[in-house]
This record gives sequence, C-alpha cells and structure tokens, in this order.
Amino acid sequence: MSQADSKEWIIKRIGENKPGPSSLPDISHFETKDHGSTEKFSDILKAVGGSIYYIHDFEELVSVIGEKHGKALRLYSPIPEIQKLLKQPVDTETVDGHDFENVEVAIINAHFGVAENGAVWVSHDQMGNRAVPFICQHLAVIINEDNIVPTMHEAYHHRALRNYNYGAFIAGPSKTADIEQSLVLGAHGPKSMTVFVLLVQKHY
Amino acid sequence: MSEINLKDHAELAHDFNADEDRVDWHDETLWWVRVKRDKSVRQLPEWEALRDAASAIKLNVLANLDTYLLQFESNAIANGIKVHWAKDAKEHNDIVYRILEDNRAHRMVKSKSMLTEECGLNEFLSEKGIEVIDSDLGERIVQLANEPPSHIVLPCIHKKKEEIGELFHTHLGIPAGNSDPQFLTDTARAHLREIFLTRKVALTGVNFAIAESGEFVVCTNEGNADIAANLANVHIASMGIEKLIPEKIHLGIFLRILTRSATGQPITTYSSHFKRPAKGKQMHIILVDNGRTEQLGREDFRNSLKCIRCGACMNTCPVYRRSGGHSYHSAIAGPIGSILAPNLNMEKYGDLPFASTLCGSCSNVCPVKINIHEQLYKWRQVIVKAGHAPTAKKISMKAMAFTLASPSGYNIAGKTARWVLKYAPFAVNNRLNPWYLHRDMPVAPEMSFKEWYEVNRKSN
Repeated sequence: MSQADSKEWIIKRIGENKPGPSSLPDISHFETKDHGSTEKFSDILKAVGGSIYYIHDFEELVSVIGEKHGKALRLYSPIPEIQKLLKQPVDTETVDGHDFENVEVAIINAHFGVAENGAVWVSHDQMGNRAVPFICQHLAVIINEDNIVPTMHEAYHHRALRNYNYGAFIAGPSKTADIEQSLVLGAHGPKSMTVFVLLVQKHY
Repeated sequence: MSEINLKDHAELAHDFNADEDRVDWHDETLWWVRVKRDKSVRQLPEWEALRDAASAIKLNVLANLDTYLLQFESNAIANGIKVHWAKDAKEHNDIVYRILEDNRAHRMVKSKSMLTEECGLNEFLSEKGIEVIDSDLGERIVQLANEPPSHIVLPCIHKKKEEIGELFHTHLGIPAGNSDPQFLTDTARAHLREIFLTRKVALTGVNFAIAESGEFVVCTNEGNADIAANLANVHIASMGIEKLIPEKIHLGIFLRILTRSATGQPITTYSSHFKRPAKGKQMHIILVDNGRTEQLGREDFRNSLKCIRCGACMNTCPVYRRSGGHSYHSAIAGPIGSILAPNLNMEKYGDLPFASTLCGSCSNVCPVKINIHEQLYKWRQVIVKAGHAPTAKKISMKAMAFTLASPSGYNIAGKTARWVLKYAPFAVNNRLNPWYLHRDMPVAPEMSFKEWYEVNRKSN
C-alpha cells in the first residue's frame, strides 16, 4: 500500500469502528490560583537528586559552581552576563551539539519551576544548543524566585508554554535504576543538577 | 521477539519457577515498586479525580481518533515534521528502512519504544544489514543478552547484577566478577556516549502526541532519548495511533499520573516536547495502526487502547510477579499485554487471558481506569468460543458443561469426586493434572448439601 492508501485505510477503519460521541471533561478545577511554594519545590528537587542554592547575583552563582565542581573546568553558558564571568568559557559560537560533550558544567536559564515535582521548564532558546542540558556532565539552571507554579496544570497555562520549537521539563540529574532497582545518578546525562534561585531584589 | 515460542504461559511460568529464590526476589522487587507507587499517589488527594479525568479524555480520543489524527498531521506538517502512516508492522519497518536509506545510514541508535518491539524492527533491520543499538540501559542489557525486555518500564528486571556484570565482561570488556550497579552504569555510560556521538539517525518512542499543536512528548529518566534525538541529524519517532491527546493542557493530567503510577516518582527526569526540527535537521513521525483500529471495533476491549504504558498493572499482578515477563511471550507482558496481544493473534496469545487470578488489582491501580480484569474474563469467553483455548482446558470445560447440564450427571460426579478426594487423592493430584501442582488438597465433605438437606430438613 502507498502512504496515502494506508492513511485513507486507517482513517476509514477508525470511522467504522470508533465508539459513539463522548465529550472532554472539564479539568479547570485542578488548577489553583496559588503561587507555587519555593519550600516544596526545594524539598522535592532534593528528593529527586537535585540541589538548590539561593543567590543574589551571578557572581555568587559562579563562585558556588567553583566551590562545587572545582575552578579549572570547561564551563558553558549561553547567558552573556555569565559567559563573561567564566575563566575558561566554551565558545558560544559553537553550533554543533557534539562539541558540548566535554563541557563540565552548563549554566542555563529556565522559565519556571514546578513545586509538586521539582521540574524546571527549559525552552530551546535557553539551551544554546538543544543537546546542551542533556550532554553536559553537570547542569546548573537559574530560575527567578517568583517563578514557581504549584502543579503541572498551572505549568501548561504558563506563557512560556505557548510557543517553542523544542522544550523540556527537567527534574534532577539523569538517573537509572535498571540494575536491580539500585538508583544510580548520571545514567547518560548530567550527574548532578543544581537549581539557582535568583532572589528578587525587593525595594521598599 | 528473538525466538519463536512454542511454550504457553503456564509452561514458561513453570520454567521461571524452577529457581524459587529468584522468583521470591522478582516478586519482592516488583512489589517494592508497587509500594512506591502507593506512597506517591496517596500524597495527592485529587488522585481519583485525575484518574477519572484521564480516562474520560482517552475515551474522547477514541471517539474522535480520526479527526484528531488528521488535525495532528496537518499541525505537525506545518511545524516541519514529516508524517508517515503505517497500517501494520511491515509498513512501519519499511518506512524506517527507507528513511535510513535516504540518509545513507547503516547504523541507528534507539531509545525505548515498545512499538518497535511489537513490530520486530531490530530483527528486520539487522537482516537488512543495519546495526541498531538500544540506548536505554535496561534495553541495552537485554539486547546484549539477546533477549526481549521482560517489563515495559523496567526491561531487565529479571536479571541479577552478577549476570549483568558477566554480560558487560563479555561484550564491553570489563574485568570479570563486577556487580556494582554504579560501576556497571558508568561502564554503560561510557560505551553509549560513543554511540550517541557517532550515530546520525536516532529513533525514539512517543509517550503523547498533541493534536492541537502537532508536537510529541517523550519521557525518560536516563536522558537517552534526549541526547540521541538532539545530536542526530535525523530523528524518527514511532507512535501507535492511540497515543494522541487532544490539547496541550491535557498533558498536565497525564504527566502527573504517568510516573507516579510507574515508579512512584512525581515526574520523569526528562519530559521532552518535540515540536519543530532544529535548523538543517529532519524530524519524522510514523503513525502506526498494527491492529489498533481492529481493537477499536471490539466494544468489550477498546478501552485497552487508553493505556499509557506505565506498567503499574504488572508490578501489582500476583501472576506477573511470580511468572516473569518472558512467560507472556509477547512484546507487552502482564495484565495489559494479555488483553492487547489476543487482538493481534488470538491463536498465538490465546493462553494469556488465562494467566490471571482475576483479582482485579490491575484495574484498581490503572491510572486511566481500564477494566483490565473484566477484559481478561471476557477474552476467555471469546477465545474458548473461537476454539483457541488450551486443549486440556477445552476437554475439562466440555466435561463440566455436560455435568452441569444433567442433574443425575451432577449427582454422580459430586459423589465420585468426594469419594476420590477421600480414598484416592493421587487420582487427581498427580503430574497429569497441572492444577494441583502448587495446591493442597481440600478435605472432602462426607455428603453433598443436597444429601445433608434430605437427612436434616426434609423430614421437618
């Protein structure tokens, strides 16, 4: 059968075999108007193997990364303000994902965090290259303190979910329990994930 | 499946039970996963409402599958994704092969896709001289062992770490005698990184596709799908047509229930949303029927198409836990596999709906509320009527039908059974009667209820 024939065949068979009409349920009641709790986000993120730091500015972030991972490392950030603070930055003009294989720590922005599961939403334009958050050895992500939603329902209503070419919810480091259910961090992707919560400067 | 299976579930379960310690270990490991699921879902007071909503959304999908598929196709094309349609496994495999040929690729890296297991893609491509490497750690392990996965979420749950160490010693060159999960995972990490960096074509499965936006979502904990698909020039995604959901906001429901049901995690580490290919790269999606429209037409069984492949029904099933995934000799094992497989081949998989105690635990944990145990019971009737029941069952059921249809036959049979159980238990409890293999003999009553009634009550 040609592609067009198969399509026609499948659509026709569905028409003949599908059940009678049934409407979509109203799911709006699952949403809350609350802000997400930073405390809950932090607890869950730690439970799924991530860590969290509260910072006032990017200098603080760079120094925390230096303490955690050592200073003489290949770091990469598509964020210009951070890139210029790095001692040995990986060229931001790098266009091929394969070149990020040796990046020790990648530092990227995320749109928001989700309190119920410790995930952050990262879109393609925040990654620099789509492979970056997955291929680096350690991942660091920045979110603003006031950008935490309570559950996935609010997440899908967030403006950042309206349009993107590619995006991912990321919750903690890459992990596997395929060998006798023993949890191992760093299956293929990052061995650690650190979320930096940028404290909002309050002016009174 | 890498070998043609001539044994049925009962015989394969018997083989698995040869090693009692291993059965206990398998049973306990999976029960532990079930307990993690329980702890996780109990933290959500709205859990039952989420199940109801998920089930209702999926029913709406089945009722509008044709419209949603066409909507998905036009949106995906507008996003720059190439959409293919395959009515069966062969067409699916041919499409994958053609894409590989068009890109002059002889090697491909694959992340978890039960659909490609169902279609026998690896064997097909291997015959064409294409090398396929599975990148999910569990799948890579069973691939090295030349076995199919035994669980849809935990592919090598039947393997002990010592056996995995031995496989890595043989195939990946580590010293013999290693069984530390951390060391073994690090070994696989190094081995598979090289694969990710050198393969130009990556195939992934699909957890959800969204009609209104023409995008699809892939969920993994390891990040293998994400690394592979984002490094390769060509990303092929294989998807059963029932994986569609109407709107993006519905992901809010499904991503909340999927992993909590599967492993007890609040969400998978990675939930990748593929909408448009990166500049200069290709993204293909193959929409596969392979029996799904047939199942859609079976009123009693169509709800099985709501399945989101979380594996909760397997972890809770007392039969699965004690018989192992391979005893189901089908791509998808356990209770859900036992109601999906007979649709594909009633003769070959006619034994599977009998591999259940009908306890109903599967239906209770199913996040999309599929009435799994009721469907198992209904499949038994369909299979017996179609003449595909196991022979021993067919004979005994005929005898039972005769006995129950005749009052005198019933009385005589009852008397005989009581006499036999009392004086000659070896006549039923022997090697020729598999029912007694793991059961104790009941104590036979002195008389039937009818006889007792005549003696004690009739005179009053």
